[in-house]
Amino acid sequence: MATSTLPAPTAGIPTRGRRLPRLSFTRPNILGGLGGCLWLAIIILPVYYVVVTSLKDQASYFTENPLALPSSPTLDNYRLVLQNDFVRYFVNSVIVTVGTVLPVLVICFMASYAIVRGHGRLLRLTNSMFLLGLAIPVQAVIIPIYFMITKIRMYDTLAALILPSIAFAIPISVLILTTFLRDVPKELFESMRLDGCTEFDMMWRLALPLVRPAVVTVAIYDALQVWNGFLFPLILTQSPEKRVLPLSIWTFQGEFSVNTPAILASVVLSSLPLLIAYMIGRRQLVAGLTAGFGK
Amino acid sequence: MTTSTTQAPGGGATASARPPGRRASSVTAHGPSLWFAAPALIIFIAFALIPLIGVFALSFVNWNGIGAISWAGIANWQHVLTDELTYNALIVTAKVMFFTYIIQTPIAILLGTFTAGRQRYRAFLAVLYFVPPLLSSAAIAIAFKALLDPSFGLGAGVGIEALSQDWLGNPDLVLFVVVFVIAWQFIPFHALIYQGGVRQIPTSMYEAAQLDGANRVQQFFYITLPQLKYTIITSSTLMVIGALTYFDLIFVLTGGGPGYSTRVLALQMYLTGFKANDMGAGATLGVILVVIGLALALGLQRLGGKNQSASQLEGA
Repeated sequence: MATSTLPAPTAGIPTRGRRLPRLSFTRPNILGGLGGCLWLAIIILPVYYVVVTSLKDQASYFTENPLALPSSPTLDNYRLVLQNDFVRYFVNSVIVTVGTVLPVLVICFMASYAIVRGHGRLLRLTNSMFLLGLAIPVQAVIIPIYFMITKIRMYDTLAALILPSIAFAIPISVLILTTFLRDVPKELFESMRLDGCTEFDMMWRLALPLVRPAVVTVAIYDALQVWNGFLFPLILTQSPEKRVLPLSIWTFQGEFSVNTPAILASVVLSSLPLLIAYMIGRRQLVAGLTAGFGK
Repeated sequence: MTTSTTQAPGGGATASARPPGRRASSVTAHGPSLWFAAPALIIFIAFALIPLIGVFALSFVNWNGIGAISWAGIANWQHVLTDELTYNALIVTAKVMFFTYIIQTPIAILLGTFTAGRQRYRAFLAVLYFVPPLLSSAAIAIAFKALLDPSFGLGAGVGIEALSQDWLGNPDLVLFVVVFVIAWQFIPFHALIYQGGVRQIPTSMYEAAQLDGANRVQQFFYITLPQLKYTIITSSTLMVIGALTYFDLIFVLTGGGPGYSTRVLALQMYLTGFKANDMGAGATLGVILVVIGLALALGLQRLGGKNQSASQLEGA
């Protein structure tokens, strides 16, 4: 990687002794700054519109300028959303997310440990199978999943969402965890082994603390995927009691199609948990994702 | 001796407990056993691999989703491969893939390079940039539906005539609206990947280039871009494979319409299987989706010139 040739800067051999002012380190990058602010506007305007509109009553939605601040801000729309079982959908989302992410972390960490530290054709085959899984679009196999879930009589349960979610979180989780586990020096395992530790001990007491950032990354990434998941709930559940948040705002939109401010209030409310989580755990999330995918 | 080495994958966990006389074999015998991987393996096989085989199997049956299943032979394949809507879906998917790729990649690279800078205002901007990928596709689609309303949406608010169009009702425009919303949601995520890539480039390279008098643009094209090669491959793979899976967003935003103008393959499959209750034909479309996904993944790996794990080991 470092050997890649650099065709450009050979233009002139630097004259020794000539003092180079480090211009580009200090001069502000105006073009870059402008571009950055433009993108900020593209990101923020829709968010602003959604929040402002969700605070208007229907009359002012139809009469006021869409970008103006509401003349008489109201929380009625939020009340309407909360009265429509929002809390239940929120709890369902929490159950499905936690019920997926915790098992994924345990089983994927164990599997990754075996793949990195173990030997044998079967483990290599396991790894290739997980890598293959990265290329399977979930949508493509939703019909057989639906078939299986109805056959084992789990249709319209939260477990029906959890099991396939776990399966499809495995490939990326194992990929990230194995990448990090490969960096753990072999000598550490060897010395623990000579001290009489079993592989099981080494896995929990040596490997796990060393790759904790990777575990956090996997947890965040999988949680994000499951929390925002729409396809499994759409196909595998039916009753309102089993509805999760993304599906609930879609059905809410169907029921209150004329009440745009209320619909947007439901969008805000459903996004709020993740935004709060982001504010609290931003550093870990960004650092984790960068490390996980940058590897 | 030979038996203990061949047993290694199964009984490795007990290797350290072996009598000292057998030490020679422990070099190959120690290590965790396959059982550590068993739970993940079982769930993956049950809910990912078997469905993968199942989608092939179901493409040869008649099933309406509830009733009995009967053998269909190649009827589903005949039906799907002669259906104009299949080809329409393939073309729409290809268009979405192409346009989302050529829009997202340059912006993501530029934003990634921009946010890789250590200036404080850039760190602040990066925090705000990362909001869209946190939101669910359903929420984004619903928000943009309201936002794109010609009379009460953003266009009317800004007061620019050209922005107050019937974005979602015009078959000539709607595809680009879909592409834009996808880009809005996913560019920050890819920018984050590029940011990580840029930060791994040794500063000494830039210092050397500056001594040689390379300006910022030259540094970008001759250092940053070539050094990002493996990051570009990672991001491109995610983007291209991801383009097959834009289901939620399009389903909620346009439902595939107007007409068939945004009916991507995944949506065509859903509508065939779960709305027209023809699971056999739906599964057939699913097989096509799987084949395209695998072909693209393998092709992109080839293009990278190295297999994925090799490029990852090099810190791409």
